[in-house]
Amino acid sequence: MRQFVDELFKLGVLSLVIICVCGLAVGMVLSLQGYNTLVRFGAEQSLGAVVGLSLIRELGPVLTALLATGRAGSATTAEIGTMVATEQLDALRMMSVDPIDLVATPRALAMTAVMPLLSALFIVCGLFGGYLVGVGLMGVDAGSYMSSLEAAVDFHDDVLGSLLKALIFGVLVGLIATYRGHTTAPTSAGVGAATTSTVVVASVSILIFDYFITALWGV
Amino acid sequence: MAFGQRVVFRDLSCRFPRGRVSVILGGSGSGKSTLLRLIGGLVRPQAGSIVVDGDEITTLSERQMYAVRRKLGMMFQDGALLDSLTVFENLAFPLREHTAMSEREIAAAVHESLAAVGLSNVDDLLPNQLSGGMVKRVSLARAIIMKPVILLCDEPFSGLDPLSVKLVEGLLVHVNRQLQATMIIVSHHIASTMRIADHVVLLLPDGAVEGSPAELRRTTDPRVAGFLDEDGVAAEARA
Repeated sequence: MRQFVDELFKLGVLSLVIICVCGLAVGMVLSLQGYNTLVRFGAEQSLGAVVGLSLIRELGPVLTALLATGRAGSATTAEIGTMVATEQLDALRMMSVDPIDLVATPRALAMTAVMPLLSALFIVCGLFGGYLVGVGLMGVDAGSYMSSLEAAVDFHDDVLGSLLKALIFGVLVGLIATYRGHTTAPTSAGVGAATTSTVVVASVSILIFDYFITALWGV
Repeated sequence: MAFGQRVVFRDLSCRFPRGRVSVILGGSGSGKSTLLRLIGGLVRPQAGSIVVDGDEITTLSERQMYAVRRKLGMMFQDGALLDSLTVFENLAFPLREHTAMSEREIAAAVHESLAAVGLSNVDDLLPNQLSGGMVKRVSLARAIIMKPVILLCDEPFSGLDPLSVKLVEGLLVHVNRQLQATMIIVSHHIASTMRIADHVVLLLPDGAVEGSPAELRRTTDPRVAGFLDEDGVAAEARA
């Protein structure tokens, strides 16, 4: 339990800044691009819906998972890989302690638990960034922005679906990062290769799974 | 025993007497550390039998091996201390995992074990704040804290200055006498081996040669004499 809480802190709390900054930036640019397109059709009052649906259904969970892979997934692989290279996992086995139970499971569970929370935070920051640009810079009416957002977003289909997607991405990243860490070749080059492999495999898996989740479940 | 295409041993047979200090000698790449890891069940042989304190371990699952490993302690070449834990936490770790001792009892056991290897006031240090010799001693302290029946030591003298080598030698002999544990040490340090070993297993490309240090010194086997002569030990003994 202590390891799980430690990992929640490392994977979740230490990722807060990057998630907030990126969420804000993505929301701002989405609002800017969305406004420039919508204004051509006189539909700029729908900006809240465009920004909200884009963030909640796709960009929130996907970008959060990619960011978490780069920051926390790679760190998890490097940490476990270094333990392999320095025989720390063998030392655990010699002390009759299962490294899967002690090292991998808390990290994979923590990644699964924090991903929906980080994704939700990313979305909130994105919506705020979109509001800042749309309402503050482009002059869209604040009431229109919020009402179009509220009307377009369905709690069950969109919000819960988004959280489910993030949860699945969390499982994926957690499993890939811990597996690659455990199968690291016990050299410094091996740790580097395993870390790179985690980022590549997890990123590609996230994008492929995103398509299938969307296609099969309409999330 | 092989890793991929590379065969490390073929037809190797050796025994380690109970309660004695045995040293595994051999050239680089002869499989000394692999033999130690086989005894600890960290690697599995392709064929053959390994009996550890009466248990045939080659057929055991990893879960079943945990019961056997309760009887083992291992001092790794580079310490293998858990680098996110302090010295105290490293030593307390196996006690917290496997015993119902109170925190006061754990602290007493940790300090007793540290004292046995000549260390004090190191509780709050992290492994990266320790010198090479201290890492070896903390690793030894962790290996003996559960009072193992068999203590495996991988290259305990490597990377140490001559004074530290003598210190670690003394600690190993002291621990062996105190715990009456069977001690199996991997080393390429021939002078230390001759000082502390009761039994020596010399790994050669075509098999192993066993005997007491005195027997190996007197041997006329050119392979053994050649290996020991590299340090001038056999030549000195014959003279």
